[in-house]
Amino acid sequence: MTIIVSTLVGMIFGFGLILSGMVNPAIVLSFLDIAGNWNPSLLWVMGGAMSVSAIAFAVAKKRKKSYLGIPIQIPITTQIDHRLLIGSFLFGVGWGIAGICPGPALVLVGSGSANAIVFLIAMMTGMLLFEMKHSQK
Amino acid sequence: MNSYFDWFSGPSLAGGLVIGIATTILLLINGRIAGISGIIGGLLRMQRGDMSWRIAFIAGLILSPVIWQLFHALPEIRVETSTSMLILAGLLVGYGTRLGSGCTSGHGVCGVSRGSPRSIVATLTFIATGFATVYLLRHIIS
Repeated sequence: MTIIVSTLVGMIFGFGLILSGMVNPAIVLSFLDIAGNWNPSLLWVMGGAMSVSAIAFAVAKKRKKSYLGIPIQIPITTQIDHRLLIGSFLFGVGWGIAGICPGPALVLVGSGSANAIVFLIAMMTGMLLFEMKHSQK
Repeated sequence: MNSYFDWFSGPSLAGGLVIGIATTILLLINGRIAGISGIIGGLLRMQRGDMSWRIAFIAGLILSPVIWQLFHALPEIRVETSTSMLILAGLLVGYGTRLGSGCTSGHGVCGVSRGSPRSIVATLTFIATGFATVYLLRHIIS
């Protein structure tokens, strides 16, 4: 059952990214280009997603288990450390270069973009490098 | 430039709401956070019993444009970044999101909406860095 739910959720998430236009790196880059012809649409996407998601987290707070009886896993780390800051910094640089983040990368691969396959392989290599460096800790 | 209201009335907000519905279903039915970098990164840890839902989610995302095209044309997609810069960007996005424990979905949407100070700091950091990077590449270097 969780497999079917995960597949559908991945698909719905992808539909949201396509509908919002955020699969197009050119639109993401025009949001990040504050000195150019700034396109604020990413803020509306984030706002829309957050408003629904906030309700879900409010509901989740009152429950220990999901509707399928699975424990709800919410991150418990609260420390703002250098890993969080450096990691987010590096991600921001990469995001600014290509206008692609992990979700749209997968949708772009499905749309048949060869560029996206290059990006995805590099992204997974980056993740693998992280695992090799930090997984022992 | 379009007014803010034009963007509001466009598909941006609707797309955002759909993304919110997806995170809601994953959280309240499967008990999981829809953080995409974490879902992909966790796959590389190869832990038994923790793989199939991740593969299913990723398959759903990759299939979404295929299903979409059965009913509608895809919006215009332009990737204008050179191959070498795409590789650099991919490496940075992959390593950075794992080191920082999240991306636009996990920190940006899920983390900020549950009021996590860590996620708020992370989101402001990667958006500010994204602004600075584009400024540097488009207005200083070129």
